[in-house]
Amino acid sequence: MAIDAVRRELPNGLTVIAARNRLIPAVSLAIGVKAGTSADPEGAAGTAALTARVLDKGSARFDADAIADQIESRGASLTVGTGRQQLVVSATCLVDDVAAVLPVACDVVRQPAFPAGEVETRRAELVTIIREAADDPGSVAVDALNAALYPDGHPLGRPARGTVESVTPLDRADLAAFHRRYAAPGATTVVAVGDLDSDALIDVVSAELAQWAGTASPVPQPSAPAARTARALVVRPMADKAQADIAYGLAGITRRDPDYYPALVMNNALGQYALGGRLGDSIRERQGMAYYVYSSLDAALDAGPFMVRAGVSADNVERTIASIDAELDSVLRDGFTHAEVDDAKRYLVGSLPRQLETNGGIAGFLLSADLYGLGIDHDVRVPQYIAAVTFDDVMRVARRLLDPTRAVVVVAGPWTGPAA
Amino acid sequence: MVHETTLDNGLTVLVQEVHTAPLASVWCWYKVGSRDEGPGQTGVSHWVEHMNFKGTTNIPRDQVKGIIEQFGGSWNGYTWIDQTTYLETATADALDRMLFIEAERMASCLYDEADCESERTVIISELQGGDNDPEQRLDTEITATAFKAHPYRHPTIGWMHDLTTMTRVDLVGHYRRYYVPNNATLVVVGDVTTDDVLTRIADRFGSIPAGTPARRITTTEPPQGGERRVHLRQPGTTAYWRAVFHAPGFADPDFFPVLALDAMLTGASGLNIWSGGGVSTPQRSARLYRALVNTGLASSISGFLAPTAEPFLYSIAATVAHGQSIGAVERAVLDECARLASHGPAPGELDRVKAQLRARFVFDGGSVTDLAHQLGYFATIGQWRDWTRVGDRLAAVTPEAVQAAARTHLVADNRTIGIFEPTGDAQGAA
Repeated sequence: MAIDAVRRELPNGLTVIAARNRLIPAVSLAIGVKAGTSADPEGAAGTAALTARVLDKGSARFDADAIADQIESRGASLTVGTGRQQLVVSATCLVDDVAAVLPVACDVVRQPAFPAGEVETRRAELVTIIREAADDPGSVAVDALNAALYPDGHPLGRPARGTVESVTPLDRADLAAFHRRYAAPGATTVVAVGDLDSDALIDVVSAELAQWAGTASPVPQPSAPAARTARALVVRPMADKAQADIAYGLAGITRRDPDYYPALVMNNALGQYALGGRLGDSIRERQGMAYYVYSSLDAALDAGPFMVRAGVSADNVERTIASIDAELDSVLRDGFTHAEVDDAKRYLVGSLPRQLETNGGIAGFLLSADLYGLGIDHDVRVPQYIAAVTFDDVMRVARRLLDPTRAVVVVAGPWTGPAA
Repeated sequence: MVHETTLDNGLTVLVQEVHTAPLASVWCWYKVGSRDEGPGQTGVSHWVEHMNFKGTTNIPRDQVKGIIEQFGGSWNGYTWIDQTTYLETATADALDRMLFIEAERMASCLYDEADCESERTVIISELQGGDNDPEQRLDTEITATAFKAHPYRHPTIGWMHDLTTMTRVDLVGHYRRYYVPNNATLVVVGDVTTDDVLTRIADRFGSIPAGTPARRITTTEPPQGGERRVHLRQPGTTAYWRAVFHAPGFADPDFFPVLALDAMLTGASGLNIWSGGGVSTPQRSARLYRALVNTGLASSISGFLAPTAEPFLYSIAATVAHGQSIGAVERAVLDECARLASHGPAPGELDRVKAQLRARFVFDGGSVTDLAHQLGYFATIGQWRDWTRVGDRLAAVTPEAVQAAARTHLVADNRTIGIFEPTGDAQGAA
């Protein structure tokens, strides 16, 4: 069953994608603007995150009260989030309310007001969030891993939320400049999914945004980090915590890498399938050390990390790290079984209908397919791409990505380092 | 349309055909949760839930992995105060496999001794992961302080001591007492035909004998008689404030007035505790968002009122913004509660939150998994038809009922206030 999607590019460069889904009388909107955290100016980490927090707090046509009234008196919701490549305005509403909600969502993207008072309030919110993250071993571990894997000011090495130091000086002018630089019709994609006629929906978006003019500056694409030559252990002691979070990682690949689908299958077999693949079998099921253990692949326009995560007691930190090493070594030495690879492939194909069931799920899929230039019929082609992955492809990618001798291992929690 | 039937062994079956996607969701619900646990046994329901993923007579331990993944499906389970539930969602051709798994789970789990031990430490790791979060520690403390008598007081995961001392015998005993067809509701929603589902269910479950479900532990919490407080002073970076009020159970006529109160105070959150409908709570117009977040006193505010079988808690939680005082946050919240009690809703306010909540009830059922969750959840705390009546009960709420509910429930004698006060910067701070 294919997504019933229509794509149109307006003369000003804006892309509109609409798809019909009839389960409930509701619509999900996702408007992506290529102004994510990787576009944060140097020394100003958190600019995109703060821009997102203020973006929907007033626009040229709708002040904060008007937005509250127009959106929320109808039961709709409007939020803004940031990824590395995109800032995404999301709205969910009943079908009958689209005509009221869509203009607001479009206007905050096109001409946000960034009221000075709002900038101040939301910056203080962000500072509190940054401070909360500093008390969370999982966030501390992942931040430290990224900093070690992507050093020397690489955008992937900075926390998306910024730091207290980088966020504090940001003001209205910084956010307005960030928006002016990157938000333009050619860098924007509007996706709408729900129980509504697709052509009619595209017409409504066109009416709102066809007059939008301007050109976005290209987001500078970071170079790949220098290849690591040695293993590193980073310890972030947090004595009062109940257990330690481990983040074990290596630089990964981009979404457009020819090895993307083999890597997806490899990651699934290693650390996702059922309760965490091979890693889950060992660390959770056989050894009972962790409630959560998994691996993840973060392939985007840039090559995010391949990461293994686990939460374990201080007594089990060394055994867990040794077990991750052992599972990676075992894959490299003895390979996966053919059954593991076949199972992972079957799962990845079979899980697509679930991923594409809800309005929000379909909208997210279409938006990222558009970001990566994968085509409007990408949902139909994913099963073919996965089916084409061979056992040898998976092993080749495992050898390319998995290398315990060059991994960065971070431990944050009530652990101070290996026993002497 | 929901088809309801009861097998001879007492198993309640609910089937709803939804043909928008080639998927089916199967949920099996048991009326057993952490409120059914006595001292020394806290956490047993949740531990039993974990053990029920570890092999059965006809699904050997090494075949559990992949049994649903082969169909691209996902599976999960959860335990809370009133209920334990298990689900699979997969392409509809996996229907028979999903029913087979649930029938096996009901009657034939293995409880291997070594698996019980290995899961003990997994659950302790789950508990400790939660303890890393100061808000969760505060939640555990405030709940235990608000209840003196009712077993809703202890955390679903259990107290650490009980997790270290319970044995396989406790687990198996609990499993056998509650996992009987006449204590269960099986829900199937998706791209299926009702007759086919019913035939398969009769085939898979019909031969499981009825049991005698244990009488549920219950009591009525005595009136509180005065405000209670719990004040944690521990290492951290951020202060958290919350208040919990004894709240009406779902069947109580006051439940929807309090739901409307929550929507006015913190934003409409709907009635799907599993997914929240996948939509963020609209808060811009909410009183406490305006009084605390827009003014910079708090970086976030939230409310939680769950439909429960017996009176549980309505909670309001605030993250105190860096540099702001906990006392100012407390005053702002309590002032707003008092204002609602003395003046009632503003003109138009009730209509606005009703519109918000009506939309939430639609979003709450936005997938076959969510639809099946809602039917089973309400069947377990009351009747499944309750879910179809939420719109009518909401519509009947009057401004007077909202004000009366505020006067009854949002008062000092009915509340427990919890504070997490950080004693210094956490060591992880950059």
